[in-house]
Amino acid sequence: MSKNILEVSDLTMRFGGLLAVNGVGLSIKQNQIVSMIGPNGAGKTTVFNCLTGFYQPTSGTVLFAGEEIQGLPGFKIARKGMIRTFQHVRLFKDMTVLENLLVAQHQHLNNSLLAGLFKTRSYRNSEQEALDNAAYWLKKVGLLDDANREAGTLAYGQQRRLEIARCMVTRPTLLMLDEPAAGLNPSETDGLKQLINDLRDNYGISVLLIEHDMKLVMDISDHITVINQGTPLAAGTPEQVRNNPAVIKAYLGEE
Amino acid sequence: MRLYIKSAIISAIVVLVLSAVLLGVRLTQVGTELLLVGAEPSVLWKVFAATALIFFYNLFRDQIERVLGLIPKPALSVGLREITQRQFVQRLMWCFIIAAALVFPFLGSRSQIDLATLVLIYVMLGLGLNIVVGLAGLLDLGYVGFYAVGAYTYAMLALYFGVGFWTGLVAAGIMAAFFGFILGFPVLRLRGDYLAIVTLGFGEIIRILLNNFTALTGGPRGIGSIPKPTLFNLEFSRRASEGSQTFHEYFGIAFNSTHRVMFLYLLALVLVLITVFVINRLIRMPIGRAWEAMREDEIACRALGMNPTNIKLSAFTIGATFAGFAGSFFAARQGFISPESFTFIESAIILAIVVLGGMGSQIGVILAAIVMTVLPEMAREFNEYRMLLFGLMMVLMMIWRPQGLLPMKRPHLELQQ
Repeated sequence: MSKNILEVSDLTMRFGGLLAVNGVGLSIKQNQIVSMIGPNGAGKTTVFNCLTGFYQPTSGTVLFAGEEIQGLPGFKIARKGMIRTFQHVRLFKDMTVLENLLVAQHQHLNNSLLAGLFKTRSYRNSEQEALDNAAYWLKKVGLLDDANREAGTLAYGQQRRLEIARCMVTRPTLLMLDEPAAGLNPSETDGLKQLINDLRDNYGISVLLIEHDMKLVMDISDHITVINQGTPLAAGTPEQVRNNPAVIKAYLGEE
Repeated sequence: MRLYIKSAIISAIVVLVLSAVLLGVRLTQVGTELLLVGAEPSVLWKVFAATALIFFYNLFRDQIERVLGLIPKPALSVGLREITQRQFVQRLMWCFIIAAALVFPFLGSRSQIDLATLVLIYVMLGLGLNIVVGLAGLLDLGYVGFYAVGAYTYAMLALYFGVGFWTGLVAAGIMAAFFGFILGFPVLRLRGDYLAIVTLGFGEIIRILLNNFTALTGGPRGIGSIPKPTLFNLEFSRRASEGSQTFHEYFGIAFNSTHRVMFLYLLALVLVLITVFVINRLIRMPIGRAWEAMREDEIACRALGMNPTNIKLSAFTIGATFAGFAGSFFAARQGFISPESFTFIESAIILAIVVLGGMGSQIGVILAAIVMTVLPEMAREFNEYRMLLFGLMMVLMMIWRPQGLLPMKRPHLELQQ
């Protein structure tokens, strides 16, 4: 029905003698939410780092919107519209909530030095546009009233939401969330679920998710890939994965 | 009640040994020989008094601190910070400072104006380094290298091609920016300590190059008779050189050598004001925000599609440009430059200005530049203890205000609802 936005095949990452990721394949269609699960240390975050250019994968191909991107530096991949979050919140803590969102729009702003020095019309317009865009997303994640607070002073759940807003202002096509629900309480997790669904339904965003909260994963995923010890273990719909004996074994141990 | 007998005795011994060596004995030349002479009794008494003071202070430290704690702390700094945050007050303060700086040369004496010009050069250097260290968070220990590049660019252009000050100023800025770019490119992948060491090396390389490239730079002899700045081709000398006119002839006033000093001061002031304005705009621009974001979390920046090398390079290059401007002005003011003027200690002083002023804060840097330049001049009568006083001041600063004189309060963009 729709084309694959991300197509990963045979991704391998080797650190010296350690084979951290071994032949992982993935594909995400447009408007799909795909989850990657696996026990701790399975190599999920390493896969993330390889896809987003923070590591150079040892071998394998990554096609993003039909274009090979493996081996490109992280910021170039990000500019193509693949934006990620991190397992730990990585906000600019001393900057205000608003500024966090303005910084994220750096690529879309008028960066000419002269335009900025003399406050030309195009410069002011681009700044205003960035402010409007930021305000829009702040409203979306319910942080508009905290816009002028320093990001470090926000509550943890708010910081998580701000991080997603910060990704969204860069106008991505694929959002990569690394354990977005970690440390959230059930009602916050519920809010997160609605937000992700909203992004997919109304903004045409595809999502790749790493998450340990199984309820969340089973509820929103269209497709799940299970990784164990760097190797793909199973893949399929939530229903298939839930009943896969290999997955159960990996999670609960032998016997 | 606790007595600190052990630490009191140790401190007393340290004081006694140090002061006895520093103050108690003296080398005097008698004929061709050097003789060790003991100090006068009054000095010895002072040494003993100081030792006793330190001993008893350490002994009764708790009690003394309790008594001192009873004295209310001045609330000045808190109040000051609240006031300075209001934009209107800030504008008014700037206007006042500028007005005072403009009036100053007409009131001060010649040597005072000269000193003030030196202060302004350091303000410019401090503000430039502030971009690199304070805003972008890149520790640069070789900043004096760009200062030297600027100074030598103008001096050599004037020497070999007879270029005037104004063209030289622009050329020096461009040349320093070019050097900043060339150096920054390979170096900015490094972080923290490593970057500091490489930049330190760069500063030294430039100085040694200038020292040894005798054919071009004159080596240790330096370059002399660098032309002074002119005002629309009007010279500030007694007699005009060929094809130009002097300032006092043009305006029909008596020649006064102070005019040139005043002109240099006002010129430096204009350069500083331009620097302040440009940096003030920069920190409010996307690039300024990017610098701060890069300082806080480079990985997050990369994940958001920002090119770390470009952003750091822009800070490095812009910072170097201001050093180049300052350098060419310095060369024009001195009329003579040699590699001696661009030693590591200069870099250290400029860095101290930035740290002392409060990283990233402009007013703080200006204040610190004044303190760091004027204080050593005023302490001249202490001659050999000057650096000691200087060190003491730095230690006290780090104890009482580790964040600097006026820590940065960056102007936040506010969202109007």
